[in-house]
Amino acid sequence: MTIEKNFLNLPRILVVDDELAIRRFLHTVLSDTDFVLHEAENGHAGLAAAVGFKPDVILLDLGLPDIDGIEVIRRIREWSQVPIIVLSVREREDDKVAALDVGADDYLTKPFGVGELLARIRAALRRSLQEIPEPLFVSNQLQVDLSNRRVTVNGVDISLTPTEYDILRLLVTHAGKVLTHNQILKQVWGIGYLEQPHVLRVNISNLRRKLENNPSRPAHLITEPGVGYRLR
Amino acid sequence: MIGNDDIRPSPEAMLKLAQAEETEAAGLGKLKIFLGYAAGVGKTYAMLEAARERKREGRDVVAGYVESHGRAETDALLEGLETLPCKEVHYMGVSLPELNLDAILARKPQIALVDELAHTNAPGSRHEKRWQDVEELLAAGIDIYTTVNIQHFESLSDVVAQITGVVVRETVPDRLLDVAFEIRLVDIPPEDLLQRLHEGKVYIPDQAAVAIEKFFRPGNLMALRELSLRRTAARVDDQMRAYMETQSISGPWPAAERLMVCVSGSPYSEILIRAARRLADDLKAQWHTVYVETPSLGRQVRENRERVWKDLRLAESLGAHVANVTAATVADAVIEFAVRHNVTKIVVGKPSRPRWKEMLQQPIVDQVIRRSGVIDVVVVSFESGTASPPGHSSAVKNRSLEMRGYLASVMLVAAASAVCALVRSFLEPTNMVMIYLLAVVLAAVRLGRKPAILSALLGVLAFDFFFVPPQLTFAVADTQYLITFIALFVVGVVISTLVTRVRERAEVIRVREVQTSSLYYLSRDLAAAGDINAILQAVIKNVEEALNALVVIFLSEGERLDNVALSEGLVLDIKEQAVADWAFRNRQPAGRGTDTLISADLIYIPLQTPGTVLGVLGVRMANELDYRFTESRRLLDAFATQAAMAIERVQFSRQAEQAQILQARENLERALLNSISHDLRTPLSTVTGVLSSLKEEGAHLSDRARQELLETACSEAERLNRFVGNLLDMTRIEAGAVRLNRESCDVQDLVGCALAAIEQRIGNREIRVRLPDELPLVPMDLVLMTHVLVNLLDNSLKYSPPNQPIEISASIETTWLVIEVADRGPGVAGHDLARIFDKFYRIPIPEGAGGTGLGLSICKGIVEAHDGKIAAENRPVGGLKVVVRLPVPPEEK
Repeated sequence: MTIEKNFLNLPRILVVDDELAIRRFLHTVLSDTDFVLHEAENGHAGLAAAVGFKPDVILLDLGLPDIDGIEVIRRIREWSQVPIIVLSVREREDDKVAALDVGADDYLTKPFGVGELLARIRAALRRSLQEIPEPLFVSNQLQVDLSNRRVTVNGVDISLTPTEYDILRLLVTHAGKVLTHNQILKQVWGIGYLEQPHVLRVNISNLRRKLENNPSRPAHLITEPGVGYRLR
Repeated sequence: MIGNDDIRPSPEAMLKLAQAEETEAAGLGKLKIFLGYAAGVGKTYAMLEAARERKREGRDVVAGYVESHGRAETDALLEGLETLPCKEVHYMGVSLPELNLDAILARKPQIALVDELAHTNAPGSRHEKRWQDVEELLAAGIDIYTTVNIQHFESLSDVVAQITGVVVRETVPDRLLDVAFEIRLVDIPPEDLLQRLHEGKVYIPDQAAVAIEKFFRPGNLMALRELSLRRTAARVDDQMRAYMETQSISGPWPAAERLMVCVSGSPYSEILIRAARRLADDLKAQWHTVYVETPSLGRQVRENRERVWKDLRLAESLGAHVANVTAATVADAVIEFAVRHNVTKIVVGKPSRPRWKEMLQQPIVDQVIRRSGVIDVVVVSFESGTASPPGHSSAVKNRSLEMRGYLASVMLVAAASAVCALVRSFLEPTNMVMIYLLAVVLAAVRLGRKPAILSALLGVLAFDFFFVPPQLTFAVADTQYLITFIALFVVGVVISTLVTRVRERAEVIRVREVQTSSLYYLSRDLAAAGDINAILQAVIKNVEEALNALVVIFLSEGERLDNVALSEGLVLDIKEQAVADWAFRNRQPAGRGTDTLISADLIYIPLQTPGTVLGVLGVRMANELDYRFTESRRLLDAFATQAAMAIERVQFSRQAEQAQILQARENLERALLNSISHDLRTPLSTVTGVLSSLKEEGAHLSDRARQELLETACSEAERLNRFVGNLLDMTRIEAGAVRLNRESCDVQDLVGCALAAIEQRIGNREIRVRLPDELPLVPMDLVLMTHVLVNLLDNSLKYSPPNQPIEISASIETTWLVIEVADRGPGVAGHDLARIFDKFYRIPIPEGAGGTGLGLSICKGIVEAHDGKIAAENRPVGGLKVVVRLPVPPEEK
């Protein structure tokens, strides 16, 4: 009975990928690691399973044989906010940005390690379980207290410009998740600034100088080249 | 020794055999001639019978052109043979059926029947004569059956004219008989032929009835029959001789004779040439026809030169080797040529000059005979009565010019007389002679030879009349004046002759000089021309200038002939293109002034080298006569040869270049394959090895060993992934598929991304980053530039000792962002510094640091896509420094 009960409470993961080898690998890794797994080998099966299986996280390959992965995300997002982690190959940065822009939560570049995958899945689950984001973000020496608008590094208060704070707050509320340039620009500056990514870069650069010990090897404000930024 | 030589086939025999084999090897068609001695002997009938025989044997036989003259039995034979429709040529309102050459070439049968070899085509046809059509068909590899009567052969036409009194205008070169694979004599007794004639079985065109009646006399027929029998027998003799020679059967044949005949443009030359051909036939000799150009060339009227040209063409068609030589005197040139070419007999014409002229100047015949030594001289007489030589019609044209010269010489003498009259009071009459002599010299220099001689004569008379006592009469008181007269006249004549000769020689030299210099200019321009266009322009310019002509050049592009260059103002229609095409395919001159497609506007000369034909040079001369002149044709040929060689040179060098590129590409491909097989297989085999050992031995392995194995497999898989990534990058760069997503980027961000990407490989390695605070945002593709930096860092990690730091720095130099990645490794040998950016170039490296040879070339591709530069240098402190420069737009500085 306990096993049965546990089984029912385990996080449910939907894998949508046409590669049998990948599915088999994910099956082995994830079934061992306390998840309930459902596999779909194309977009249509994936969409059907998203309704029927009611997953907590979807792992989605962008290169599907029937429907484009981006389109799958768009259709799911019409009715569900379930976290979607995109699996893609390195050479398609544009696809990643497009996937994130239409509502994917994260992406993983193939080939990826199991540790990385599990970390992303857990982060996604954590975010989706928290209805209201944690007001306090702590990572190593960096501490961001959203309720008090207070940022400290090694306990020292850091003064930020309003824009810098807005960016940081956005990243903190989506901690661990990649935010595309467009998503940040839209949220912080408004839709009119989409074509001016350099204002974002200048602010990120300034934030790094204020928050990072070594701005050339940032520990928190991570650039995902060609995609966006992630707070770690 | 000698015995051996005797039984060995002679070189000539082997050569002949080789030529015959060549005919076969070259895919040339075989010619079978059905030879008759008169119309009505049944040539066409015999040809059709033979054709039907071949057809039964399964050969592909087509009737190209068969003249049945409405005879039922001939028509019956035609039945069942595929007959190609004739081409209707419209000429002066009449439609003439002609052989459809292109239809046969397109149909390409094994055997084609072409009746009436001696036929002259309607004006506007491709060739003037049907035998030229036949030659083209043979060249296309089609066997030809044809018919012809004996009187149509060139060398026999004057004999036939003598026998029958009928001048045959439609002639066929004898060489066709020589190249014929088989000659079939169609013979019936003259009585039977006459019988058939009376029964109306012989086709006779109405308008020629009378002439034909005259022709069909028993005596004529017998003579013609004998001619044809003899000719065929001679041919059989030839074949037997050839057989004996090639089989080394010794026999009593004479040593190879070589004949030589000289032509001068005299109206008799034609007779001389035919006589030489017959003699050569009888002697089985090779024969040469030589035209000697002497300084007196300048004196020759153009018509004469044209006649020389025609004579030489005639000799060529009769099978002679034709040569043009230049020398001071005819006799010298003849003897020199004869000696050089081992000529055994020289054929010359019997002079028909008046005896007094011979007294003044030794005839060339005598000169030749005196110097000929062991060489026989055959003197041919010209029968009086055979067509008296046509007069120099141009004399009429020149008459007015000459009259002016004579008038001027009279005036000169008058002027001299006037001067003498002025000075008579203080000058002896004998000295006045000098004044007349002056007039003669002036006349010789300015007016030419004849006016000068006239002035000498007039001078003598005037001197006698006006100044020698008794004056105003031609009587002479003192007889010693007679000597003065003779001296004045002789000196006048000699001076005028000498001066004229000098002038003529100067003229010849001038013409030659012009030709030589134009050739020189062309070769100079061609030498300077580096590419094909420069060569074409040089050829066009030089031919235009030298010949005052318009020029077009076609070059072959595979099977097609393209018009690649053309003089301004020259317009060509499709017909001209077709003529050029013909010249190209048949490797022979065509168009105006040649024997083929003479209605064309231009003359087309193939641009050929010994090996191949590259194209065609087309020229439109300013003057119609220029087409026929030996000098302009020779110059044109020289131009064509030079142009062809220059074009070939460029094509060769282009081919060499391409071969080099191909070689380089092959090397690259080999390197790529090596690299792929090495760099893919090595990590794969490690991973496979680890996995299989875990699968089979996993239970027996210690935890530590298992952990080590797994780590090895992971790092190898990562390496494999990097290599595949590099290959993909390289492919995209190569394919030009790199789309730059240029955005203003923070250099610090770039460095951060790169370091993050290889964090694991860096481990505890010290990385020193030196970035000034005020660095501007620089437009770049962050993803690609991260690749660059990752590759550079990766190299530094691999090639430098682990305890040494790696330095990254950036700065702004005027309009460039300079990023430097430096290590403390061994550096790179000076001559390799530039090559390390080449694809698959690897410097020898210590074991274990295996790279793909792709990293730096990918860096180069990406940086250059950014309009930037990448270079490597050795640091003074030791180690390698790679410097990347990216342009910074002024407004972002």
